[in-house]
Amino acid sequence: MTNSIDNCSSCRSPKSMKVHEVSTQTQTGQIGGQVSLVIDGKTIKVPLGTTILEACRTLNIRIPTLCYHEDLCVAGICRICVVEVEKMHTLQAACSFPVTAPIVVHTHTRKVRHARRHILDLMLSDHYGECYSCSRNGTCELQTLAQEYGVDFYRFGHPSESTHKVDRSSHSVVRDMDKCILCRRCVRTCIDLQEVGVLEAINRGDHTKISTFMDKQLADVVCINCGQCINRCPTAALKANDPTDDVWAAIDDPDKHVVIQTAPSPRAAIGECFDLEPGTPMTWQMNTALRECGFDAVFDTNFTADLTIIEEGTELILRLYKALVQGDQKVAESLPQFTSCSPGWVKYIEHFYPDYLHHVSSAKSPQQMFGALIKTYYAKKRNIDPSKIVSVALMPCSAKKFECNRPEMVDSGYKDIDYGLTTRELAKMIHEAGIDMPKMEKSDFDDPFGTATGSGVIFGASGGVMESALRCVVELVTGEAVENIFENARIEPVRGFEGTKLAELTFDKVGPVPDLLKHLVPNWDWMKGVTLKVGVCHGTANAKKVMDDIIAGGPFSKCHFIEFMACPGGCLGGGGQPIPTSEAIRAARARAIYAEDESSTVRKSHLNPAILDVYHEFLTDGPCGKTAHKLLHTHYIRRGKYIM
Amino acid sequence: MKAMHQGDLTFSSIDPNAGLKRAIQMKRIDIIGEISRSKMRGRGGAGFPTGTKWNLAAAAVAPKKYIVCNADEGEPGTFKDRVILQEFADLVFAGMTIAGKAINALEGIVYLRAEYTYLLSHLEAVLDQRRKAGLLGSSIGGDESFSFDITIRMGSGAYICGEETALIESMEGFRGEPRNRPPYPVDTGFMKHPTVVNNVETFAWAACIIARGADWFNAVGTDKSTGYKLFSISGDVQRPGVYEFPMGIMVSDLLKEVGGSDAKAVQIGGASGHCVPASEFSRTCAFEDMSTGGSVIVFGPLRDMLDIAENFLEFFVEESCGQCTPCRIGNVKLLEGVRMLKEGTCSMTYLKELLSLGETMQLASKCGLGQSSPNAFLSIVRHFKPEIMGRVNL
Ligand SMILES: Cc1cc2nc3c(=O)[nH]c(=O)nc-3n(C[C@H](O)[C@H](O)[C@H](O)COP(=O)(O)O)c2cc1C
Ligand code: SF4
Ligand code: SF4
Ligand code: SF4
Ligand code: SF4
Ligand code: FES
Repeated sequence: MTNSIDNCSSCRSPKSMKVHEVSTQTQTGQIGGQVSLVIDGKTIKVPLGTTILEACRTLNIRIPTLCYHEDLCVAGICRICVVEVEKMHTLQAACSFPVTAPIVVHTHTRKVRHARRHILDLMLSDHYGECYSCSRNGTCELQTLAQEYGVDFYRFGHPSESTHKVDRSSHSVVRDMDKCILCRRCVRTCIDLQEVGVLEAINRGDHTKISTFMDKQLADVVCINCGQCINRCPTAALKANDPTDDVWAAIDDPDKHVVIQTAPSPRAAIGECFDLEPGTPMTWQMNTALRECGFDAVFDTNFTADLTIIEEGTELILRLYKALVQGDQKVAESLPQFTSCSPGWVKYIEHFYPDYLHHVSSAKSPQQMFGALIKTYYAKKRNIDPSKIVSVALMPCSAKKFECNRPEMVDSGYKDIDYGLTTRELAKMIHEAGIDMPKMEKSDFDDPFGTATGSGVIFGASGGVMESALRCVVELVTGEAVENIFENARIEPVRGFEGTKLAELTFDKVGPVPDLLKHLVPNWDWMKGVTLKVGVCHGTANAKKVMDDIIAGGPFSKCHFIEFMACPGGCLGGGGQPIPTSEAIRAARARAIYAEDESSTVRKSHLNPAILDVYHEFLTDGPCGKTAHKLLHTHYIRRGKYIM
Repeated sequence: MKAMHQGDLTFSSIDPNAGLKRAIQMKRIDIIGEISRSKMRGRGGAGFPTGTKWNLAAAAVAPKKYIVCNADEGEPGTFKDRVILQEFADLVFAGMTIAGKAINALEGIVYLRAEYTYLLSHLEAVLDQRRKAGLLGSSIGGDESFSFDITIRMGSGAYICGEETALIESMEGFRGEPRNRPPYPVDTGFMKHPTVVNNVETFAWAACIIARGADWFNAVGTDKSTGYKLFSISGDVQRPGVYEFPMGIMVSDLLKEVGGSDAKAVQIGGASGHCVPASEFSRTCAFEDMSTGGSVIVFGPLRDMLDIAENFLEFFVEESCGQCTPCRIGNVKLLEGVRMLKEGTCSMTYLKELLSLGETMQLASKCGLGQSSPNAFLSIVRHFKPEIMGRVNL
């Protein structure tokens, strides 16, 4: 079990939202860094500084929690977790009580039960909303506790009218503060995990509420739409902006051709909405379920992930060539190149580091590339009027909803992507259609985009974009199979959940320039002996670390290419993924993703036959060529963080 | 606002720097020993033994330590710190300087209540004089190893910032909200450094104790509550103001002194304290009986006890920091309940629910505010049963 105390010493939350960091100095009653305590008559030995809550969990004693979240520092404010500690005259919050001396704990005495009931009753007395008309019905932590503690009437009343206006201004996040229990998990998420700091508690006493800067609507502040706060909100106070009604309407309209592309991460997580273990892959069953729901075609976003690799990789090669061979100073200043596929990250850098936007690859995200191709290439190939196509994107992400609504995303001549749907929303549609997804037959994706490669799949995990890019660049430059360098094409140095990672790779030999790139570079001789340095980070708090390191001239400033993902763990931890989330759940999803990669027949983007077809038939001036630029590349906005 | 105190205060009779001069000659351990022997307990309300607090901070191994003077005086009915700061600032600063020497801190900070901004220029002037006199700054009293200086930080008007961890949080630039405990400030305080937070009056007495000796101090008061204490007396009395009494004084004796003998009830310890009826006026103002920071609010025979409860609860509904559920919403429910009682719409069953809720608030709140906010309500219901029960909707 991770000790939550370890990871909160550096985060930005105030110390009122943290628990004690226990020093390793000798304390009384401690045996070799361990301390022994008694909980409900059971004796247990734990490392010094373990909280009562953690100790209880090791003993499988259930302590209710609301403001506590494994990913966050410990606030100790909802008080639902109180327990009785002998010799202390008040009850203690189990989540924030570090054990430093032998104590005797009782977890369900009369006082404890009464206090917990009262706390629930108080929350409900201040909670406007009805469970049956609520998007969190069945996944709400408050509801679950009310049920567990046998709440069968409103002891202290229940509001009969709304006191807060719902904020629907954001394309991504809806705030319904009538359902807020002030646990501040969103506040800690936004500042500690994401370093954005959109949300904070304001006012005192019963006027306390969660607010944005000057109480502006969410669309008008620096929110990056990552939805991490949604994933950690115990109630429906925060939820994604849900377009399922519009999607159903399109499906029901016989005049419309409704297509859906599915990103790699939802398939590794959607099973959780059907009571399957996290990490149960549902790729092929989900395809069938989507067709059952009425989608006319089901595509794999991995196809455009592969395309992203080609475009972004080519862009990198061009930047390197111009900087290293042609001595172009301006281009040299745009290294390291930053990835652009995470729209949360893109908005983050637009707000917080606008002077560094020239580092960001101009390649669109896979979702938007696909959007542009569906209403052009696909429409032409299938002879469908693009104005009749409704293009839906199944994404693990709430920021993708914002991205598809960016005004510049209309390069096909239409809105490239009509609706961004999250994993949770699709699960709801499938439930609504009465489909038992896990029992569906397996079926493949639709042509002409076919089955993508394993490289596309691993985009879902932090480090995946980098791994795919490296597989591709290594083979394109050396002409040798990547398996000769990395066993089974696993590029381990960029994998895993470490917040920031650095890796490097020296090109000892080079091969001939492949056909795809012949129009761009004459030979690879200039790459011989070059050490390619790359970086990876996930969660914008880590992105901030990397950016500040670059500004300070640290090791990340020496990189050539850096992958940035807005969400902790990468897309598999996206703001549209099933709730709850934790490091263990994200790791299970990652395992499903890497397994799908290994079972793919083609595992490198540049070997994907459908990609080669697109360049052959449609993007005929090649990667980073004119057509590619029009459809597959974009530009960014210097937003800054000062808001009028 | 004019400072007013009734009768002579011991502080007037003591040379404000006598204690500091003695302390310069003393070893740290002896300073703490003297304070410990005096058995003085904190004058801010909670009554933690001051010697123990200083000792813990002195024992903490850290490169930097702080002395903080809690001058946030926000408890309703408390105004003695204002008088001390206005008339005996030197004594307070001397006490802080002695504490600095005792725990080896180089910096002291006064956290001054926003409403006391008008005292700022006076206090700054006193600090300047002390610097000029070599009583602050480096080499205090010629001792090269003894440096200490004091700065003043303004509060921003929240009662909760008087709670020591919220005060520190506020000094660090955050919302004034109490921290999880442990750790205590003596271990992890301001900017993570060991910090002694004491009340204004505590520092003033500390300077007196070092000047006159522990025996002089603990000869007064009771065994568990030694020394003199300043009391802020307000309400239905003939002579309100700041008084000095020995600790352990009986409520009835106190009332006699201030001209409030016909009182129906007395609130000891401010809004978060206890309300005692006339039948219990033989109780004492002492840590072993009714702990107090010195606030005594007297209620005359015509007062409606529900008005009093309502008034205190309105205060807590406003002043709760809003962090934790029992306090943030609990106080609202108690206030609503008192208003229902006043209107005659509160049933016996609901009154019992509220009493039980009050107990939860005492037990489960994160800090002293929520833990003590139901006290007034609970004690009023307990002590004035006939008056309250008559209002219940049967
Ligand atoms: C809600 C609340 C408000 C407080 N306000 C004050 C205050 O205004 N002044 C003060 O000296 N102590 C106040 N205290 C007590 C302090 O937390 C702390 O115990 C005290 O400053 C310690 O000093 P002492 O030991 O010298 O009394 C308050 C405590 C609580 C819970
Ligand atoms: S947020 Fe939870 S408790 Fe509130 S209405 Fe929704 S499901 Fe019910
Ligand atoms: S969506 Fe992300 S940036 Fe926006 S408020 Fe939530 S956590 Fe903060
Ligand atoms: S919005 Fe959700 S996460 Fe944020 S404080 Fe309210 S209930 Fe907690
Ligand atoms: S008890 Fe009240 S003042 Fe104290 S932390 Fe809780 S809400 Fe804040
Ligand atoms: S879970 Fe412990 S106080 Fe909220």
